[in-house]
Amino acid sequence: MSVRTYEADVLVIGGGATGSGVMRDLALRGINCILIDRKDLNAGASGGNHGLLHSGGRYATADAETAAECRHEGDILKRLAPECIDDCGGLFVAVVGDDEAFAAKFPEHCRVAGIPCEALSAAEAREREPALPEAILAAYAVPDATIDPFRIVLENVGHAERLNDSSYLPHMEIEGFEIIDGTVAKALCRDRRSGAAVEIRARQFVNASGAWAEKVARLAGCSDVSLLYSKGTLLISNTRVTNGVVNRLRLPDDGDILVPGGTVSLLGTSSVTVDDPDGIAPTVPEVDRILAEGAAMLPVLNETRFVRAFSGVRPLLKSAGSEADGRKANRGFALFDHEDQGLSNFATVAGGKFTTFRLMAEKAGDLVAARLGNAEPCKTNLEPLPSGDALRWTEPGAAARDWYKRADPTDMVLCECEMVARSAVDTILADAPGAEDHMSLKAIALRSRIGKGACQGAFCSMRVTSHLYDRGVYDSPDGLRQMRDFVNERYKGIRPVLWGAQMPQTELAEILHCGLAGMDLAAAEEGADSK
Amino acid sequence: MKRGTRKIETQLAVIGTGIAGFAASIFARQRGLDVAQFGHSGAMAYTTGYLDLLGVHDRRVRQDPWAALDELRQDEPLHPMSGLSNTSIRAAFDGFTDALGEMGIGYTKAGDRNLSGLLPNGLAKPTFSVPDTMLPGITALESGARTLVVDFEGLQGFSAKAFEVNFRDRWPALRSARLTFPGMENRQVFPEVLARSLETSVTQQALAELIRPLLNGVEYVGLPAILGMHMPDEVRARMEEIIGVRLFEIPTIPPAVPGIRLRETFERSFPEMGVKLEPQLKVAEVDFRSSGATLHLHGPMEDLEVEASAVLLATGRFLSGGLKSDQESLSETLLDLPISQPQDRDEWFRQEYLDPRGHPINRLGVEVDGRFQPVAADGAPIHERLFAAGAILAHQDWVRQRCGAGLAIATAHAATEAAAAALG
Repeated sequence: MSVRTYEADVLVIGGGATGSGVMRDLALRGINCILIDRKDLNAGASGGNHGLLHSGGRYATADAETAAECRHEGDILKRLAPECIDDCGGLFVAVVGDDEAFAAKFPEHCRVAGIPCEALSAAEAREREPALPEAILAAYAVPDATIDPFRIVLENVGHAERLNDSSYLPHMEIEGFEIIDGTVAKALCRDRRSGAAVEIRARQFVNASGAWAEKVARLAGCSDVSLLYSKGTLLISNTRVTNGVVNRLRLPDDGDILVPGGTVSLLGTSSVTVDDPDGIAPTVPEVDRILAEGAAMLPVLNETRFVRAFSGVRPLLKSAGSEADGRKANRGFALFDHEDQGLSNFATVAGGKFTTFRLMAEKAGDLVAARLGNAEPCKTNLEPLPSGDALRWTEPGAAARDWYKRADPTDMVLCECEMVARSAVDTILADAPGAEDHMSLKAIALRSRIGKGACQGAFCSMRVTSHLYDRGVYDSPDGLRQMRDFVNERYKGIRPVLWGAQMPQTELAEILHCGLAGMDLAAAEEGADSK
Repeated sequence: MKRGTRKIETQLAVIGTGIAGFAASIFARQRGLDVAQFGHSGAMAYTTGYLDLLGVHDRRVRQDPWAALDELRQDEPLHPMSGLSNTSIRAAFDGFTDALGEMGIGYTKAGDRNLSGLLPNGLAKPTFSVPDTMLPGITALESGARTLVVDFEGLQGFSAKAFEVNFRDRWPALRSARLTFPGMENRQVFPEVLARSLETSVTQQALAELIRPLLNGVEYVGLPAILGMHMPDEVRARMEEIIGVRLFEIPTIPPAVPGIRLRETFERSFPEMGVKLEPQLKVAEVDFRSSGATLHLHGPMEDLEVEASAVLLATGRFLSGGLKSDQESLSETLLDLPISQPQDRDEWFRQEYLDPRGHPINRLGVEVDGRFQPVAADGAPIHERLFAAGAILAHQDWVRQRCGAGLAIATAHAATEAAAAALG
């Protein structure tokens, strides 16, 4: 059997914020790229965060350099990618029991990092955020904002694809590199769905695989990338709890940021060092601890309905003293040219923050362009990010607005919690990054709000699957397996927040998935077959 | 204006409007008891229409539910059905389906084997008794008959194509087609609306005319469950006559017609049977005394006070509001009956959603004695005149075991028998 081959100027490994940013950065310089991910877009930390576009306030006390970088990059993204951003503002709040001396130094730390910071009285703070408790020791307003991490990554890839035929291949895992005389000739990959071997030739290779960057670098024989894996867990509420971002004014700890995301809010974030970035999931004790900490700042969280939890792994650069506590690790990034490892056309960009992804991509882009003899400067700090029609469905509330506006009586709503219509799914099938390939329920859910509302996929998994059969996207029992994989995956995040109002939802989901769709029996049957 | 309070008396107050509650009212009337039934749950709309007895035991699909029940008694002695004999379970099933037949919805008679009930995604499930409108589909699958399955433009969650594709290997003579339902062009359509529309002969005729040109020699035509809301067997017979082939229904995603049909049939028939039914009223409070209880209900216009000599609790689980939970523990909603449970929420659910063992929480519920009376930790009944039946009972996992209707009907039968005995 012949091996499938692809060729591009540059192969970018890792479909997160950084990889998609590098892809767009290079495409804007006229350089053709292939972007690959072993899963799909935002499968790692880029999809496992709170979507906070940091003002820098959170790092102002401990890491002025990162804080200043966040402020600068936040300003650029607010200006150039406003469609992906909710410039909602943020507060830093100290409540009873917090260190007042620490709080008092906050404005000075912000000033040093160049972060606008306005002191508020308790009454002013509660006027902005009525959910805050009566007893507030200190409150400061900062220009925090939120970013839709899925939307911006989809837009990066979509823009690059339109610019110069750069392309994106999901489910493509790196297994090794063919290296000849210090030059990487091609990447040896495996298509994880078909199992087929794939080779990708390129002149330059960029490793932007986030928490997997150390592993990928090692596949190229490079031992200079050393990462610390810090697991962070977040909770998602059913409604938006606050108008803007609310941060606890203390050294970062569990449950001290509440970030709105369209019609929901995200509460986090824990930090636990783990050995391996794979196979992580939120746990009941983590959820309980985050909620207890969060409720100390916002008591309303005790009455809030949470629909899901999720975990991401922060890829942090190892430094002295960071081993025991990921929170003490540098949140900065590094670009490795790997020349001291004997390679001339391989680079790794690692560490950093979601907020600073553009800068990371710029630095990697500068290196790659120079190596290719391309003299075009970086344009991502000047060129607005255009918005693609198939890419606007990840924002909570966007699909509902569109559906009401169009008022088309023939357009069925497939996901009633989030009002995602058949037409929205069809635009994703036609045009979203990865659409050339076989789209699954999971891929559509990644590119929309399907499965993210109160029912957590109980109904919409079945309706969208039906629709995919109708459209001919599925034409075998594999569609039912895909549905099963999807609900299994969602459950991992649902399980730790199962109490209260989510219990009836989950009981109903089981009635539908087992009673009406027979998923448990089908799974058992296939398990028996494979033994 | 001051709200009035209406007072009624009854021998047995049944709380809950699922299969267990309705079955309990039927059995209690058959025993000559004066019955009143209350509830506010719409959970009936979530049923497929199939009545399961015991389809899965020890993680395997079972063809013979009676043999599986024998094993259940050995393996799970605390299961609510384990204390009941096959004879009494069969009598309960027959009593329930006979009553349904008299009310106008034909169900297949309790047999010796489970049936392969068709599911909308092209799989089959082990079930026991099915509506007469669904039986021909099971026959068609078994014989591999030439069959056409039809769906409708604008009907979400039901794909004839998916049904065909997933049954293709075991049912090669199956075809699918999509129609626009007569009079429902260019819009989203809902099974309940289609079913009510098909009660009229004009729509029956129009739909039959659309189906006829597609037949191409098929012996059976399958449709989503929309063949009328009240007289499905008559609607099916009339349409079969026009089309000239056998017709059958396939369950749909809820809210689905077969369950709404059952609920409306009970609501229509119970007054004639002498059951005082208040299907939209939630029981707010129950005060027990030695000779019975007083139930307090709040209606939209007036309050209701019910003096009952005995109470049968069939309020279901979380979905129907019989159980609730906070971050730490589970509780029974109405009477705060004790629920034996693990200390840690982490033990409620398994790590894998589809773990074949099922989730431990599904087996938590109300503990009863051999007379289906809720008991305290010491095993003594909590109230002399309180009984319980159905999914609220502990030590069962009706979804995974495919025993929902069997559990509801058999325990309702036994609980009403015990209640009748207590009432002398």
